[in-house]
Amino acid sequence: MSTTETDAGEMPEVPADPNAVSISINGRTVQARKGELIIAAADREGEYIPRFCYHPRMSPVGMCRQCMVEVEGPRGPMMVVSCMTPVADGQVVRTETEQVKRAQEGMIELLLANHPLDCPVCDKGGECPLQDQAFSHGPGESRFVEEKRHYEKPIPISDLVFLDRERCILCDRCTRFAREVAGDPLISFTQRGNNTQVMTFPDEPFASYFSGNTVQICPVGALTAQPYRFKARPWDLEQRESTCTTCSVGCRTVVQSSRDELVRYQGVDSDPVNWGWMCDRGRFNFQSVNSEDRLDTPLVRQSGQLAATSWSAALDAVAREMRSAGGAVAVLGGARGTNEDAFMWGLLADAVGSNMRDAQLDDGLPAAVLGLPQATIDSACSAGTVVLLAPDLKEELPVLHIRLRDAATKRGLRIIEVSSHDTGLTAHAWRSVRCEPGAQADTVRALLADPAVSSQLASGDVVVVAGRANLAESAEHTVAAIDALLAAVPAATVLPVLRRGNVRGALGLGLAPSAGNDAAAILESAANGRVGCLVLLGADPLSDVADADLARRGIAGARFVVAIDTFMTQSATHADVVLPAAAYGEKDGTTTNLEGRVSNVVQKITPRGTSRADWMVAAELLHMLGKDAGVATLADVQKLMATRYPAFGAAVSSAEVRRNGVVVTAPAARPAASAPAVAPRSSYDFRLVVSRKLYDKALGTAKSPSMANLAPGAAVIVNPLDAERVGARDGAGVRVSNAHSSLVLPLVASASVPRGTAIVPFNQPGADIRELVRRGDSVTDVRIESI
Amino acid sequence: MARLTEENVRLAQEIISRYPKARSATIPLLHLAQEQDGYVTDDAMAHIAELVGASPAEVYGTASFYEMFKFHPVGRYVINICGTMSCALMGAEDLMHHAEEKLGVRMGGTTDDGLITLERAECQAACTEAPCLQTNYRYSFRVTPESFDALVDDLRAGRLADEIPPHGVVARVRQHIPADRGAGVHAPEDVKSAPAWLDGKAAL
Ligand code: SF4
Ligand code: SF4
Ligand code: FES
Ligand code: FES
Repeated sequence: MSTTETDAGEMPEVPADPNAVSISINGRTVQARKGELIIAAADREGEYIPRFCYHPRMSPVGMCRQCMVEVEGPRGPMMVVSCMTPVADGQVVRTETEQVKRAQEGMIELLLANHPLDCPVCDKGGECPLQDQAFSHGPGESRFVEEKRHYEKPIPISDLVFLDRERCILCDRCTRFAREVAGDPLISFTQRGNNTQVMTFPDEPFASYFSGNTVQICPVGALTAQPYRFKARPWDLEQRESTCTTCSVGCRTVVQSSRDELVRYQGVDSDPVNWGWMCDRGRFNFQSVNSEDRLDTPLVRQSGQLAATSWSAALDAVAREMRSAGGAVAVLGGARGTNEDAFMWGLLADAVGSNMRDAQLDDGLPAAVLGLPQATIDSACSAGTVVLLAPDLKEELPVLHIRLRDAATKRGLRIIEVSSHDTGLTAHAWRSVRCEPGAQADTVRALLADPAVSSQLASGDVVVVAGRANLAESAEHTVAAIDALLAAVPAATVLPVLRRGNVRGALGLGLAPSAGNDAAAILESAANGRVGCLVLLGADPLSDVADADLARRGIAGARFVVAIDTFMTQSATHADVVLPAAAYGEKDGTTTNLEGRVSNVVQKITPRGTSRADWMVAAELLHMLGKDAGVATLADVQKLMATRYPAFGAAVSSAEVRRNGVVVTAPAARPAASAPAVAPRSSYDFRLVVSRKLYDKALGTAKSPSMANLAPGAAVIVNPLDAERVGARDGAGVRVSNAHSSLVLPLVASASVPRGTAIVPFNQPGADIRELVRRGDSVTDVRIESI
Repeated sequence: MARLTEENVRLAQEIISRYPKARSATIPLLHLAQEQDGYVTDDAMAHIAELVGASPAEVYGTASFYEMFKFHPVGRYVINICGTMSCALMGAEDLMHHAEEKLGVRMGGTTDDGLITLERAECQAACTEAPCLQTNYRYSFRVTPESFDALVDDLRAGRLADEIPPHGVVARVRQHIPADRGAGVHAPEDVKSAPAWLDGKAAL
């Protein structure tokens, strides 16, 4: 309909989109946008063009020539590669002519000339684009009678990925992903020519945190993942869409099982979140759910020993202790569970009059940062500037790293990084400044004084990505730095990158500390005998609290300890009652990612043994305490949750919760910035940074056999010049000490660390750096001596 | 196995500075590495990757495209006998058999004294002079068993030492481009005429 046919006075004027073009596909006129590729426009219109190398989230390369279509040109129809040809106004495209069919069949015949056709023993068989398209667009027979090319098969190219070169069709998806998306170009085409093959450098494996994605996007069975090899056939898989809760990015996934056992997660393309990508830790930790070591029955301590018991006996004991504790019940954790779990435990804490609860373990930022004006992943990626006051996102929130890297390398985002050492994003930062622990706010102020920086900040939207980069310093330093930035750029928004899976949901639904009574304060109270019943809701303070001494005193001082967990954690071994919890994939519910995005998680398999969802335990206890909440099903919980937290309720009941999720914002708040004073560092000492690596002793990783050995191990990393000063060679043991304790760690010399700073990765196999960390210390200084 | 020597690193840096992008220097640096060790070692590729800001896999991916880069030790002289059509018609197969017997190695092998590596090659663009071969990329035309034997005897006796440099030395005279003449020194839009040092010998 053109506007001249209607009464222009009544119609609001719709400005013509200057980027709109109209093209014809198979005789149908369709709208497209300038710059769009023919194959993408066809996809949107439901006209399928076969392809192997094209992937909508990567740049087109035109490697496989399977996507040929006919386009009307000035000299008649011509064949073009539809994944490399942009649309043009008036373009006439045909995807099903004789000529196109011949091209498609010819390409398939050539691709199969050397393909081993070992589909019956190939993991991909049944979900293989080559198999499917050979059937739908192939000639059905081959003129090639020659011997096929042979390679040794398969060969491991990393701990997680195997390569079968005979099956590879050289589409450049894996190599392109490694280079362009992950930024880890550890695989490349080698021996180019008749023997082109994907290969790593000799002795340098494809050890990318994102390697599993290449297995997912390989259009044939050339790349297979060690944890899934020969586990199932695609047609035996059942699947449900869910959200990864390993970290707080909240990647959309499908959870797949076979015979009531989890066998695979695959990334789902959620536009605002993960674009189909996952990190390997999130992808492969389904193995831990299947672990033999899972708790499967409640345990109570009887004459000093934990012994199996029934749920009713165990819950009786817990209810009794809660009653006798009066208000002195404390709940630590909740970030591992669903929103519904957290909500019910918040309700229970209210019911027993507890004012001691915290979903973080002194390892994040004050919950009030969630009340600052919030950004989303998308708004950060489309901002003019992102200021990073955060840990190395590649290590902690891998897919967020991928998104920001993409924005910085392809979309003109400028990143200003304030960090203690080089990170995964340093190479892509517009400015990257090093700052010693405790100096964040001063560093930000110094940056703001730089005219180039301030004019950059004034030139567009500014997003502050803020998280806890160092567990050996007070979180207040980061808060003060955020404050300094917001004071100068009041319109800036904040993307809090608190790392634990559902920490944001737990904090927003009743498990946030009240009046500064945070995890550290609660443990201190417990140590002083003021906690009658300490509930560890998927929390393991003995492993996770940076001040190990405080954790030990807290657990020892609590009169009664209840651990609700999937595994026998270190803390659980000290508990009086241990309750087996249903794991990820074993319960339905919703989760909240770091943006506040609420999306669903699903049950795919039967919970292990008699384990239950955390919310059921809370509901049962409420009943036993005479405060029945009247909930019997998850729907009841969600209904009740909607009355208390209407925004969550609306999100949970919307259909979008099962797709891209709904962002729920927290009530406005402003954390009080009061950075503790920092004493100057003596020139002999090192200022300590304790930060996380993707692979550590976390149970989801350690109990997944394929990843159990990937943790790099404890070490102290210093600048090569400092290593020289200490007089220790790379790899030699050195003594790291301060007033609190002393331990021996291997030294690693790395130019990524500035002089005067020492980095020790957290929760690694080896000596435990937490012995040197005390909660009250503003920063932590250590001495390093060769031995 | 060796990284580039200190002197070669200096040379490498000079070569890198000629290009607007460091990665463009990958191939010249591979030649440098091959010249240093006789073949391209893994360590050298890892070193080159550091120097040009690529990953070792990318350097290896590029290097392995080229037949003239070797990844295993080869003899001082590499003899490539052409086996493509014209040469094949003119008796290349027989020549190869003869060569194998004369040298006592199979195609791809190196003589025990490390002097000669024998290889089969594709067309060397000298089809009118078939069968032909190259010794460190220097031609011999219309090769007969006798002329092959003579060649090998000359190589063994060192009579060709002046004429044929050892394998890995691409050019006997290295290019030394003064800094102000290097690629990338002048932005393309600033170049309005032929460079002065050409002395009008070529038009732009
Ligand atoms: S391994 Fe798979 S993804 Fe990689 S080039 Fe081969 S076919 Fe493509
Ligand atoms: S980035 Fe986080 S949410 Fe995404 S797959 Fe990895 S662990 Fe899971
Ligand atoms: S999909 Fe277009 S060339 Fe491969
Ligand atoms: S066929 Fe031997 S040189 Fe061409």
